[in-house]
Amino acid sequence: MAAKKLNIKDKYRLLTRDLDWEYSYADRKEAFPYEDFEGIKITDWSKWEDPFRLTMDTYWKYQAEKEKKLYAIFDAFAQNNAHMNVSDPRYVNAIKIFLTGVSPLEYQAYQGFAHTGRQFGGVGARVACQMQSLDELRHVQTQIHAMSHFNKFFDGFQEYSHMHDRVWYLSVPKSFFNDARTAGPFEFMIAIGFSFEYVLTNLLFVPFMSGAAHNGDMATVTFGFSAQSDEARHMTLGLEVIKFLLEQHEDNVEIVQKWIDKWFWRGSRLLTIVAMMMDYMLPNKVMSWKEAWEVYFEEAGGALFKDLARYGIRMPKYSEIIEKEKEHISHQAWWTFYTHGHAAGFHTWIPTDEELDWLSEKYPETFDKYYRPRWELAKEMEAKGERFYTKGLPQLCTTCQIPMLFTEMDDPTQTSYRDTTYNGERYHFCSDGCKDIFEDEPEKFVQSWLPVHQIFQGNCGGPDVGDILSDFYHMNVGTDNMDMKGSPDELRWKQWKGVA
Amino acid sequence: MSKVYIALQDNDESRYIVEAIEEDNPEVTVIHMPAMIRIENEGRLTVNRETVEEKMGRDWDVQELHVNLITLGGNVEEDDDSLSLHWNE
Ligand SMILES: [Fe+2]
Ligand SMILES: [Fe+2]
Ligand SMILES: [Zn+2]
Repeated sequence: MAAKKLNIKDKYRLLTRDLDWEYSYADRKEAFPYEDFEGIKITDWSKWEDPFRLTMDTYWKYQAEKEKKLYAIFDAFAQNNAHMNVSDPRYVNAIKIFLTGVSPLEYQAYQGFAHTGRQFGGVGARVACQMQSLDELRHVQTQIHAMSHFNKFFDGFQEYSHMHDRVWYLSVPKSFFNDARTAGPFEFMIAIGFSFEYVLTNLLFVPFMSGAAHNGDMATVTFGFSAQSDEARHMTLGLEVIKFLLEQHEDNVEIVQKWIDKWFWRGSRLLTIVAMMMDYMLPNKVMSWKEAWEVYFEEAGGALFKDLARYGIRMPKYSEIIEKEKEHISHQAWWTFYTHGHAAGFHTWIPTDEELDWLSEKYPETFDKYYRPRWELAKEMEAKGERFYTKGLPQLCTTCQIPMLFTEMDDPTQTSYRDTTYNGERYHFCSDGCKDIFEDEPEKFVQSWLPVHQIFQGNCGGPDVGDILSDFYHMNVGTDNMDMKGSPDELRWKQWKGVA
Repeated sequence: MSKVYIALQDNDESRYIVEAIEEDNPEVTVIHMPAMIRIENEGRLTVNRETVEEKMGRDWDVQELHVNLITLGGNVEEDDDSLSLHWNE
């Protein structure tokens, strides 16, 4: 008898929902101990919907296909020495930030979804989280493979994992995920599954990857889009989680809104570095950070929140500030890295004149008024042989761990600074958003591992900054860092290209 | 009405999928960017298996879409014959 082909719905019912079982001798509450400590009320897991209805067999089939395509391209990239085809060696520094700052987050996402999936009483959500966990493991592996090729030819790739756990600016992404993973399973899903995947990762994996393609980096665009092909499923899971929680019980609405407020703020802070990569580190331009933000945050996020309004959900708190920040944050961040270029794990530089003109054109309201004059000054100083590096260590925000580089949005000449006291200690913040988050969970955030505090407490070696960079961070001082001009990366590139 | 969107890798398979989407959703806007194609539409967008099969000249499973998908925006509905995106307002 010929086997009858099952339709997607029946297959999903049999191969996913049907895998669950009743608990006869174990206590369900003990099996899922984290399910109600956040105050979320689930009345009926069977109401869970997974629109993609992907079953494990189909999952493996398509994932295998994606990997075969991806590795064929990696091979071609390596065999053809395609690192030589990138637009400009400065571009590679964006990929160094990717490997040290982003790829370890993929690993954290893998761990987070494995843990969270285990904690859900509903089998549909468990299976979806298991698939996402496997996807995220694939993402970190493929990224390491892709970038291992660059590691053979450029500095700064060698100690990405060691650096991720220690370096001052890498504590920003690391602590973001640590915060999410130490939350309960539902907060993790709103933090990563919904806020991060549905709205924020698009900004890194879509316009930035398109930019990688436009800068001749076939390996990065390929791993980026291959990862992103899983992302549509992750986004859909994030949206389903939120709809499910909001439909399960009206008491969930307020809790979910608080998490949305927290994680959209934290997420937009985290994306500051992507803003800088888009505006300053892609020599061939696709779109400005501001344009990308308008498409993927304002337009896509706006549509999403309009859709969720029927549950009583509103736009994240501080959306008005977030809207103004698109004009400023990329410039404020690149200036901070430029002036701390001796302590970064990658090279920094002054934008070329054509790049400055492009920024003026893309940011007519702000660039010429507030930011271009700094670069003109930096150019003058550089011409006199006085390339500027700051001597001090920056003060960090206790919540997002970003140096105090942001300004008040209504007065871009004034650094934004907030503080609060808790148990007799004073804590410092970059914004009202970060201060609110701290005040809501002070016992969590007083434990923040703040790199600059750790340096001053003597926990990172030293005492000289140079010793900390080389011995504690494992940076090759003078090779991995400092200005692009005169760097070994630049010299090798010129040799390969046969230019003096 | 908000826009739903879908982005696909710019490759040989996607070209047929884009053609099919354009045929079945004549109002869509197709935006070409380096290495990707973004398609957006007010309110709703549907990918029909039959139309894609006609364009490709072979059988095509709706779930094959995952191989070339980059991102999407909207509530997803998928069955054996189509995938569609919509916003509730
Ligand atoms: Fe990922
Ligand atoms: Fe993901
Ligand atoms: Zn902050």
